[in-house]
Parts: sequence; structure tokens; C-alpha cells
Amino acid sequence: MAFISSGYNPAKPMEGRITDIGPRHFTDFLPPVLAKNKGAWDYHEIIEPGMLLHVGLSGDKVYTVRCGGARLMSVTHIREICDIADKYCGGHLRFTTRNNIEFMVPTLEEAKALKADLNGRKFAGGSNKFPVGGTGAGVTNIVHTQGWIHCHTPATDASGTVKATMDVVFEEFQNMRLPAPVRISMACCLNMCGAVHCSDIAILGIHRKPPIIDHESVDNICEVPLAVAACPTGAIRPTKIEFQGKQVNTVAVKNERCMFCGNCYTMCPAMPLADKTGDGVAIMVGGKISNRMTTPKFSKVVVPFIPNEPPRWPKMTKVIKKILDTYAADARKYERLGDWANRIGWERFFEKCDLEFSAHLIDDFRDPAYYTWRQTTQFKF
Amino acid sequence: MAKHKTPLLDQLESGPWPSFVSDIKQEVAHRYANPKGVDFQIPAECPDDLLGVLELSYVEGETHWKHGGIVGVFGYGGGVIGRYCDQPEKFPGVAHFHTVRLNQPSGMYYKTDFLRQLCDLWELRGSGLTNMHGATGDIVLLGTSTPQLEEIFWEVTHNMNNDLGGSGSNLRTPACCLGESRCEYACYDSQEMCFNLTNEYQDELHRPAFPYKFKFKFDGCSLGCVAAIARSDMSFIGTWRDEIRVDQKTVAAYVGGEIAPNAGAYAGRDWGKFDIQKEVVERCPSQCIRYEGGKLEINNKECVRCMHCICVMPRALKIGNDRGCSILVGAKAPILDGPQMGSLAIPFIKVDDDYAGVKEFIEATWDWWMEEGKNRERIGETLKRLGFAKLLEVTGTKADPRHVKEPRHNPYIFWKEEEVEGGWQREISDYRSRHQK
Repeated sequence: MAFISSGYNPAKPMEGRITDIGPRHFTDFLPPVLAKNKGAWDYHEIIEPGMLLHVGLSGDKVYTVRCGGARLMSVTHIREICDIADKYCGGHLRFTTRNNIEFMVPTLEEAKALKADLNGRKFAGGSNKFPVGGTGAGVTNIVHTQGWIHCHTPATDASGTVKATMDVVFEEFQNMRLPAPVRISMACCLNMCGAVHCSDIAILGIHRKPPIIDHESVDNICEVPLAVAACPTGAIRPTKIEFQGKQVNTVAVKNERCMFCGNCYTMCPAMPLADKTGDGVAIMVGGKISNRMTTPKFSKVVVPFIPNEPPRWPKMTKVIKKILDTYAADARKYERLGDWANRIGWERFFEKCDLEFSAHLIDDFRDPAYYTWRQTTQFKF
Repeated sequence: MAKHKTPLLDQLESGPWPSFVSDIKQEVAHRYANPKGVDFQIPAECPDDLLGVLELSYVEGETHWKHGGIVGVFGYGGGVIGRYCDQPEKFPGVAHFHTVRLNQPSGMYYKTDFLRQLCDLWELRGSGLTNMHGATGDIVLLGTSTPQLEEIFWEVTHNMNNDLGGSGSNLRTPACCLGESRCEYACYDSQEMCFNLTNEYQDELHRPAFPYKFKFKFDGCSLGCVAAIARSDMSFIGTWRDEIRVDQKTVAAYVGGEIAPNAGAYAGRDWGKFDIQKEVVERCPSQCIRYEGGKLEINNKECVRCMHCICVMPRALKIGNDRGCSILVGAKAPILDGPQMGSLAIPFIKVDDDYAGVKEFIEATWDWWMEEGKNRERIGETLKRLGFAKLLEVTGTKADPRHVKEPRHNPYIFWKEEEVEGGWQREISDYRSRHQK
């Protein structure tokens, strides 16, 4: 390998430097029909799962074909997406906020041909490259985090749990037969860079063992006061101990106060939490973001722990499938999963979904906890 | 030929959903074959070793990535996240595997020439693996080495006319829904506002000076496709304050079954004949709709703009004409003080071309948070610590019942001295003249 210069001169870093230019303006990329009708759309229709029609006040029509994808994507795969967009869409495409890909064409015939083409493309291993779907009252793509593929704090993998889950609920991606849209999200630790706290169903990686303290390194690689301050329950204190014949500055953890959030490890790499048997996933349900009918809601923890079972996490996907199927059979039209659970009562939710309730599911973290306890004699037997 | 056996990951190649394992494998094969003779600037074996280290995590149930080191490009404090493998001898291709975040265009529309440029760049100077897109919205380029960072930045700025995204304690890359470009519900131009504010606050985005991260998200309506209310420290959510426009003829077409309700989103199951009374009137959260004598009436004054009726009959009911946005503050995931949703600070503001009112609110909020916020305290937590009324005070916003779900449950009011007649200075001798000890 020979180093190839871009033109950057390390001896004169400011020479010709361009900074603070921001992103490209979106009008550089809009398909012409969208640019023309921007701000003047009349209505839309979902023609069939994965296929949308938008009609402008001008009478212009645009058909969108939506397909799923793993957000982890190779340049080879992106080039194939570009080939499809060049062939059908004049070189335009977009991605959705849930990692789907959308191709836009002017006629229904072209949309149907495109859909057939997309559904026909497979990876060498057999899975679909571009399954069409993800619209209306169904399950769309899962938004997720990095997991074991690229992150230092995960309690589980992200891409693997997502693949395993989407395989199990795939029919709902290609159908629109649920009572309302179901948004599934995945975050591989409590940091939730995927922010799953308002999802119909959330998969969340959790730790269950307190940090191991690397006394040899704490004082060298951590700011002890920052590690102490990082703990929301005050479980960490600075201390000095004798280590290999030397006095070292380090920290001590009151294990019974640890709630396994991992915030200390974020601040101090000498306090790792990851552990094969300690780590796993929690399942949360009933969150939503939309203000439609009911107000936005947080997801609630309904399964405190399921062990990591790579590569396919069978216990986890079984629980998710059971919750989804029970909701599908029992909820009213337009009713989101959390609204259904609120209506039937959470005691009924656990019963119908065959889930065990335990004390782990009763909130005990600060003030918000009280507002989740039952301050009424109204309950169901 | 792949270096590592990956029997566990191989099991993720079957099933209908697109397999990331199969995709990485095709990149492995592509890099080894190297049909265009690319002089890879980081090891060709990079995706191969990534599968290897991931397989190891699948066996051991633990991650093999270390904390990021401080890496970046000159003059910026964010946009690059250092990443090193803790088994570099076994997996030399990913020993250094930094992430580069690029600021995505509003609404994530692309032309293929831009994406192909991106692919060529990332094949030459990176692993060939990306996230389209990261959770905050950036184009995420996974895996490169330190010497490539300035080269990548040069090519992105000079050849692609694009910039890096945010990371660390700065303004994170703002994100928006697709807005007016393809949605009849958009109450303001979320894409343009996202673009404008992203450029206005480039310094805050690239040079971390905040107590912690700060996210902007722009949703064109209250349905929230970009999750602003849950995921952004400051959310801009489109709304209107006049009347829902009703086309009675088209309402009748829905009632008569000529048009599928909810734009066909429920077409996969037989839910029976559309019943406007049950599906619209009775589901209205503020009970402000009547359907009598074939006429739909909305008491707009009592409407809370949840948009259910519009979603059910999008061809008959349209958003109002006097549009703008609501601003909410403080949403965040659980770390550290529990999850928070955005709290309504500005019920309605017109979205003008220069965004002057919005910018005034943003800057007053930041000034206060940068002064009062503790290290690694999201603004939602600062609000909990110091009180929501403080935000109203520093931004010059008049308190209004719309700011609360209900008034406070306790009478512990922090009265200010100037609010109390005669002030707080009193003489004990005066008190004692009326009350013996």
C-alpha cells in the first residue's frame, strides 16, 4: 500500500482548508416531482404494503416503493442501491428515519416492476436484499444501535438481535393487518443511543454485575472524581489500597447500591461491567411518540431479563412474538400497543401475554417511581 | 478466502430479513478480489477481521472494543469517534477502527452520484462498511485509521461539499422528517429549518462547549416521524392554530366506502365497514367532533390537534392554514436521571424565513444551560434540578396553563422577595411588640 494524498498538506494544515460548511442542501437531491410539488401535496394512499402514492395539488403523482435493509451496509450494497435508483428513478432515492430505503417512480406500472425486482434480489446466504414493506398498520424496520460490532459498552449485540427479531416478525413487515403500527427498537445498553424509551416494543441490553475494578489502572486512565460523580446512586467512593506492594489511588463500589447503568464505565475504562452470564436483554413495551388520540408514552419494562443466546436469541424472540400476537388478536382498530395495555389493565396484559410479574418490574428509582404505583382501589382480579 | 470460521454468525444468513452477515461477507469477497485494483489505504482484510471479532463476541458474550481515544480533525472537537479493538493481534485489520460521522442531508434524500462518491471514498480510505444511518441521523462511516482522518475530511469538504456531524458535548447533528417534500401533514418546512439552524450553529456543532450533548429534531407534525418529542433536547413540532379544513363531499365518500380509511394503512385485515361514529367521532380525545345529518362538524376551539381524524380521512380533512411549530425542551433517554419526554415551552411560534424568534429562544436557553448545567447534565436534567419555570424566566416566556398537565400538587412556592408586599426585611422588635416570648 502506498499512501495516497487527498491534497491535504500536513505541514500546512490551514492551507486550502474548508470548514463549517454543513451538509449539502436537500434541494440538490430532491427528485424533480418532489421539488415541484414541495409544500403542495394533496393526499397519499398506501396502494399495497410497501407501496405509497402521493398526489400533489397540481395533480402530479409519485409512487414510492419502500424496502427494508440492515442499517449496517457495505459500499457494495450501496452501489447496488445506486444501480437500482439509476435504472428506475433517475438516480434519486432516500432513506427513512427507520433505516428503510425508498425509491420513487412516476407510474404504478414502474412501481410494480420495481417492487418485483427488489423482492427478487437475494444475498448469497439466501436472505432478501430489499424486501418491500414497512408501511401502515404493521411492523416496520427496527431502529438500533451498534452492539458488539462497534461499541465499547454493549450488554448484547444489536445487529444480531434485530435480524433474529425481524425474521420472526417478517410477515408483519409485509402485511398491514395489525391494530395499529408497531414500532420496535433496539438499544444495546442503557445509554440508549437508539433511544428506545418510547417504542411499542423495545429490546434493551442490560448488565447485572457491578463493575470489576482494575486497581492497577484506575489512577492512570481515569479521573477518580469523575468516576465517583458518574454514579447516580452514590455507590462509588475514592479509596487507597495496597496493590502489588504499592499504595494506589482507586475506587470502591458498594455493590448493593449498583443499578448497573454503566455510567461509571463510560467515565472510567478501568471499571468494566461486561459479563457473559451477567449480561442480557430486558423487554419494554407500550411506548409511543405520536400524539395521535393519546399522548406520547414511555415504554415499560415487562421482562426484566432474558439471557444472551447468540446467534438467534430464541427466548427473546419468543416473548416478542407472543406479545405481538396477543396484541394483534385483542386490540381495537387504531389502538397502539400501550393504549391496549392501558385499556385492559396491566394485570390483564401480563396474564394474556403469559408473562411473569416480579418485584423487578416495580419502579424504585427516584420520584417518578411513585407515580407508577397504584394509588386506587380500582384493579382487576 | 475468509480468514476466520464464523459458525455462529453464519446462522444469521438464513431467514427472510436482510442479513448483515451476508452483506459483510460480500464486502470481504469484494475487497479480496479487488476488481478495480484499489490501493486500499487501510487493510483489505478489515471486514474479514470485523466478522472474526464479532464471532468471538458471539462465543464469549462480551464486546471486544475499547473506549475511544481522542482522535479527530484539526480545529474540530467532534465528528470522529476513536475506536480500538482489544484483540489487535488476532484481528489486525480492525486494530484501529475509528468512526466518522457525516452530516446527512435534510430528509435523507440522495442522488446516486453523491453516494457513489461516498462509496469510492470509503472503499479507498475506510473499511467499506457504513451505517445508513446512525441513530441520530448521520451517515456513519465505520472503521478507519488515524492517518486517514484528515484525508477523508479533505475529500468530504473539497470533493463532496459536505461536512462532518457532531459527537461529544456539542450540538449533535440535527435531524428532521421529510416534511413538505412529500407529506401533506407538514405544518412547516422542517427540512429548510433543519438546514438553516445546522448552518447557523456550525461552531456549536463542531466545537464542544456545552455541558453535554444537545440534540435538535424537527417534526413537521404531531405524529412525529423523527421522534423529536422523545429524542431531542429541543424539539420543533409542527402545528396550526386555526381550523381543520373539511371537504364534506369527500367525508361522504369515506362514509360511503368509496375511499379506504386511513389511506389504506389497515387494508390487510377485514375490520368491517368504515364507521365514522366509532372510528372518528368517538375516538377524538377532546370530543370535539360531531357527525349528524351527513355533515361533519369540528369544534376547532376545543381541538388538541392530535391528527387522528385527519389520518383516518386524509383526503377529506386537511391541516389548518395558520401554521407554525411548538417548541419542547428536555427529551432524553434514561441515562442518567431516567427517561424524559420534551416539555412544552413555546406552544406556538410562526416559522419565519429568518427563524429570528426561534433563534432567540435557542440562544437564551443555551446561555442559561451553559451557565448552570453541570458536567454531563442534559438540559432536561437541569430543568428538573432548577425548575421548569426557570426556563420560562430566562427565555422571557410568560407562564401559561399550556405549560402544565395540571398545576402543582404542593404549595412549596419559591416566592421572590419583590413579589411580596413590603419585602422580607422585618424587625423582631416590631414582631415582639405584638407577641410575647
